[in-house]
Amino acid sequence: MTDVSDRQKLSYIAAQAADARVNLEIESEGMTLNLGPQHPATHGTLRIIARLDGEQVIKADPVMGYMHRGYEKLTEVRSYPQVTALVNRIDWLGSFANEVPFILAAEKLMEVEAPPRAQWIRTILFEMSRIANVVLFLGDMAVQVGAVTPVFFAFRDREHILNQMEAVTGGRFHPNFDRIGGLKDDLPKGWVDETQQVMKKMRRFCDEIETLVMGNEIFQARTRGIGIIPADVGLSYGLSGANIRGSGVDYDLRRDNPCGLVHDQIDWKVWTHPDGDSFSRFWVRLQEVRESTLMVDQLLSDIPAGPIMAKVPKIIKVPAGEAYVETENPLGAMGYYVVSKGDLVPFRVKIRSASFSNVSITPWLLQGVYVPDIITILGSLYFILGDIDR
Amino acid sequence: MMTLAELAYWQSTSLRVVGGLAAVLLMAGTLVYLHLFKLVSFMQSRLGPMETGPYGSLQLLAEVGKFLQKEDIFPRKADRFVFAAAPFVVLMSTFLLVVVVPGGPDAWFIDSDLGIYLAMAVSSVSVIGILMAGWGSANKYSLMGGLRATGQLIAYELPLILAVVGVVIQAGTMNMQGIVLAQADGEIFGWGAIGNPFILTQFVGLAVFLIAMQAELTQSPFDMPVAESELVTGYMTEYSGMRFLLFFIGEFATAGVFSAIAAVLFLGGWYVPGIDSDSNAFNVIGPLVMLGKVVFVSFLVFWARFTFPRFREDQLQRLAWKFLIPIALVNIVATGILKVAF
Repeated sequence: MTDVSDRQKLSYIAAQAADARVNLEIESEGMTLNLGPQHPATHGTLRIIARLDGEQVIKADPVMGYMHRGYEKLTEVRSYPQVTALVNRIDWLGSFANEVPFILAAEKLMEVEAPPRAQWIRTILFEMSRIANVVLFLGDMAVQVGAVTPVFFAFRDREHILNQMEAVTGGRFHPNFDRIGGLKDDLPKGWVDETQQVMKKMRRFCDEIETLVMGNEIFQARTRGIGIIPADVGLSYGLSGANIRGSGVDYDLRRDNPCGLVHDQIDWKVWTHPDGDSFSRFWVRLQEVRESTLMVDQLLSDIPAGPIMAKVPKIIKVPAGEAYVETENPLGAMGYYVVSKGDLVPFRVKIRSASFSNVSITPWLLQGVYVPDIITILGSLYFILGDIDR
Repeated sequence: MMTLAELAYWQSTSLRVVGGLAAVLLMAGTLVYLHLFKLVSFMQSRLGPMETGPYGSLQLLAEVGKFLQKEDIFPRKADRFVFAAAPFVVLMSTFLLVVVVPGGPDAWFIDSDLGIYLAMAVSSVSVIGILMAGWGSANKYSLMGGLRATGQLIAYELPLILAVVGVVIQAGTMNMQGIVLAQADGEIFGWGAIGNPFILTQFVGLAVFLIAMQAELTQSPFDMPVAESELVTGYMTEYSGMRFLLFFIGEFATAGVFSAIAAVLFLGGWYVPGIDSDSNAFNVIGPLVMLGKVVFVSFLVFWARFTFPRFREDQLQRLAWKFLIPIALVNIVATGILKVAF
């Protein structure tokens, strides 16, 4: 037997090991596909580790936290009025809606109530941020299943809403407008009429999406019966918003728990769809945008007169106590659990964001689906990464 | 007049090469500018490129310059030769396709009696290139894209060919010139003012051909292989710079060539009514007429591309095997019966 050098021995062992690894990979039941953190479909940094057999998913795990910004901790070193500037970056598409539950929780602790005019304007802006948010979903869902044009229409028409938001608050994306005890400013002159025009445009956009996207046979073939969430499973995973209403659960915090907003004083309807598939979630959201425009119209027609700010001290000290307020935000139920020790800053804020719960169903939901349907299902669950990771 | 056949071999060959290059690049450029830059922009309520040249018409040059400057990246684990060769294989099928398309009575690259047969045969060469790109990239998205593309292109080859058979039966020839002349000189129940473009009789074939063509071009709603929202860009994911540009040219030039073949088969090719089909004028205006028809057919392609969502693979396979192929077969039978009857 000839001598072999150590080097040769080592390379032989390495080759054997490499072979073993290859064999292991061939014999194992498929391949692992890493969807994300950087991937065009996750519009953010969600990572899905999918174990595939051919194109079928055996197991899918979402990995969250790539965008964790530590808002819960950061709120502990911000005074109450400063927190709104922070939290409206949670769900960055409907940012005004993020401020509302926090402010309401703080008001609850301080036992202050905003004057009626402030409550009405608050509700108007709340619904407008829902429109601004969900309109983008309606376009984005089409992109997820492969139609690129509707998203441009969505961006085009969202601009009208953002302009109106800017006219009131000065900020297109991050209004930072809600104050404890009311609002920063009153509405500008002529805003009500303009907004009524915008609502007409948004309803036209809804009609457009209804015919262009929802009525499309291919879209229906791609979404109907895909990603079915039965109502009990959805509830056990803590889904909320249109995701649970798409499964036929008639649950809407705007109606069931109207705290501080005036949804109970207008006439509107909670939309549900019994199917629980991707299509029904899309359908429910489309109806909700339309319903929101009608709500805004109603609210605009009789805004009560009066001040927009209640009497609150210049330096806000919140009395000791705990309060939890949850509202029906664009993405689902969003709540703030605020613990105060009577300081200038909150002692602890727990943020219950909708997307985190909505995404938690993915391991259950993605089992056995095909790769293209992963994207459809994730798209239809509609999450914002900032809302998942906070 | 001197024809191509009377020139020396090297002369005619170099003329053909230059002509082929011009046909492919000009057609790709026209389609990219008209459709990808402008048509789509107007559909999506934006303007598209406006700064480079009048109405952004020089944007193409800027894009080419951009791609040429980019680094030619090879993934570390890529199969280097296969990876590098794949775009050329894809583009080769485009060049092989363009040679059968006639631009006028004497303006042709090859005048083969098997013209359309050759076209259908070489159009599947691109599958090899796509599979090479998918495999050679050493990327899971690319591999899935390559496999999807292969399954799809093979499935839609059949309806494409079957749709052509109806035209071949009616024209009685597989020669592309012959098909054009059959339409130019044809008569509709004795009325020959506009010839007899096969769109009138083979409209079922045209519909099947256009759908199958959309799938062969992997354009939406059949863009599962490049589905950008799930596979990034499928088999093209790892390509950059020059090689991506080749894929890009290949995509649009193939769209143009397939549109040209559709124009020849169903819209009368270079012929326009009102001028005698023997007239020499067609050698001049024929290519322009072809270009016009190509732009029209490819307009349909890109209109659909930017409107529809995409099918899942199982759905698009079902469409091919359960709908298009039976329809095409019925069309062939009907054409055959009518051909014998009249």
